[in-house]
Amino acid sequence: MSGVLVRRRARPAPYLLLIPAILVLLLGMGYPVVWQITTSFQEFGLAQQFGKPAEWVGLQNYIGLATDPQFWAVLARSIAFCIVGAAATVIIGTALALLMTRVPAAIRLTLQVSLLLAWAMPIVAAMTVWIWLFDRRRGAVNYVLGLLGIDMHRYDWLSNPWTFFLVAGVIVVWMSVPFVAFSVYAGLTQVSDEVIEAASLDGANAWQRFRLVIAPLIAPVLSIVLVLNLIWDLRVFTHFTFLQDAGGKSSEFDVLGTYIYKVGAGAGDFGTSAAVSILTLAITILLSWFYVRQTIKEDKAS
Amino acid sequence: MTAVPVRRSKRNATRIGGVRPATIVWSVVAVVVAIVWAFPVYWMVNSAFVPNIELQSFIPKFFPVHPTWSNFAGAVADGSFFQALGISLAVTLIAVVGSILFAFLAALAISRFRFRGRVSFLLVLLFIQMLPAEALFIAQYKMVAAAGLLDTIVGTSVIYIAYIVPFTVWMLRGFVAGIPAELEEAAMVDGLSRTGAFLRITFPLLAPGLVASAVYAFLQAWNEFTVALVTLTSDQMQTLPLWLRGFVQASATRETDWGQVMAASTLVAIPVIVFFLIVQGRLTSGLVAGAVKG
Repeated sequence: MSGVLVRRRARPAPYLLLIPAILVLLLGMGYPVVWQITTSFQEFGLAQQFGKPAEWVGLQNYIGLATDPQFWAVLARSIAFCIVGAAATVIIGTALALLMTRVPAAIRLTLQVSLLLAWAMPIVAAMTVWIWLFDRRRGAVNYVLGLLGIDMHRYDWLSNPWTFFLVAGVIVVWMSVPFVAFSVYAGLTQVSDEVIEAASLDGANAWQRFRLVIAPLIAPVLSIVLVLNLIWDLRVFTHFTFLQDAGGKSSEFDVLGTYIYKVGAGAGDFGTSAAVSILTLAITILLSWFYVRQTIKEDKAS
Repeated sequence: MTAVPVRRSKRNATRIGGVRPATIVWSVVAVVVAIVWAFPVYWMVNSAFVPNIELQSFIPKFFPVHPTWSNFAGAVADGSFFQALGISLAVTLIAVVGSILFAFLAALAISRFRFRGRVSFLLVLLFIQMLPAEALFIAQYKMVAAAGLLDTIVGTSVIYIAYIVPFTVWMLRGFVAGIPAELEEAAMVDGLSRTGAFLRITFPLLAPGLVASAVYAFLQAWNEFTVALVTLTSDQMQTLPLWLRGFVQASATRETDWGQVMAASTLVAIPVIVFFLIVQGRLTSGLVAGAVKG
């Protein structure tokens, strides 16, 4: 077959086709990564901004971070937010996917359209409307809670770190659940009805059917959406910037992204901000490793 | 990596006669969830049409009884919205054209040729796709500044292309691989040149994939906030997300005019929602294609 011959002949064509993509990736991502790594080992503060050459300081930026309780607090908060957010997203998303399989088509479509609307909202518009919903004086949330007998009138959600992170979590989960629900639902529709009916004939109740029959079959989807959500919940700079505009701004309200921005662009300490960036990159790459392995494995299998 | 259509469950059809009570309970739950989930979107549009005087009340208006366009008029009054719209369109256009062109060439290389480094390239793409802007944007700011491209459309768009290319390569790779090379070869046997065969046979078949990827790229560039915040620093060079943040901040210095802020948010959101609804099926299947076997 000529097709096989065409593909096997060693030619420069594939490399030529890759050049534009590789160049733009080297420029837009490669150079910044290298810059971050180099700068994280340098003293790069305000003096360097005005032309003083950067000095190599070895691990000093990292040691500075390791001995800074404020950084540890930000790191711990980011990781906790990421884990709780991703877990809540996957659990709620899976529950909604299961719900979709149990309702008539028209109602399923209603639910899907509603989820799609939330998914489609641009992040900045979502942030403004959620901040308006949680407005302490005229927000709909405090009003509805008041109707339910919980007096939150004039409660300022964004001034206390705990409720601030609760609001951030609600927003992140609201935005991320649709993707999980649709992905898991697509996985569920591949589970054949016969298998489930056989299980119920054998006397399995709903929970047993889910745990013993459905869950193992959709496990690959669940693990991929979980890892994706862990990675995405680390990049919440936009969310937190808007929330901090409207509420608390001190370091108690920071996650890694806003901390990097404040230390780097704000305070001009690029060495330290680069070190935090490198740690953030390391966490992401660690998490991505699982996603990449899984994707490659499934890609080969299909 | 083919698109997996969301198949309708046939389970309901197999139920025997009547409606089960459990189905009614689940349906009620589903409708309540649907209302709760769509509520913020409804609330944005609703508040945009409620007159400011009514928004001042402590009792929320759940319906625009006296709808008005005045919030929209107020949001665009100083002309900065249209300036930001223009800049957003320019940045997005360059980012979409650039990323689709580069990604398309790369996807051709990957799915039409077997060559050394092919798998490594794919692996690197998957990793790059996951890199958070949070960890790179300070370096990207320094780089763009050093090149003298702060507050320019080119500086920001090039960074956007780098962020968008990896996923679009993955998306297009699936589409290109879905078109058998034998089709092109048959056309070449019939006397077309390689380029001719590609242009007349493969390219038209690829159109849906190119459109889906372009919409994905559009959404990424149009919604982007983090990189824009550091590379576009002047008030005259703001994309819509930056403009919206500035608008909220300016409004907050007085008593926040939520009617105008919601009108502004609606203006930013509507085109995105429309485009998103067109392309969403492909996005889901693209990200979890491997995991959902069709």
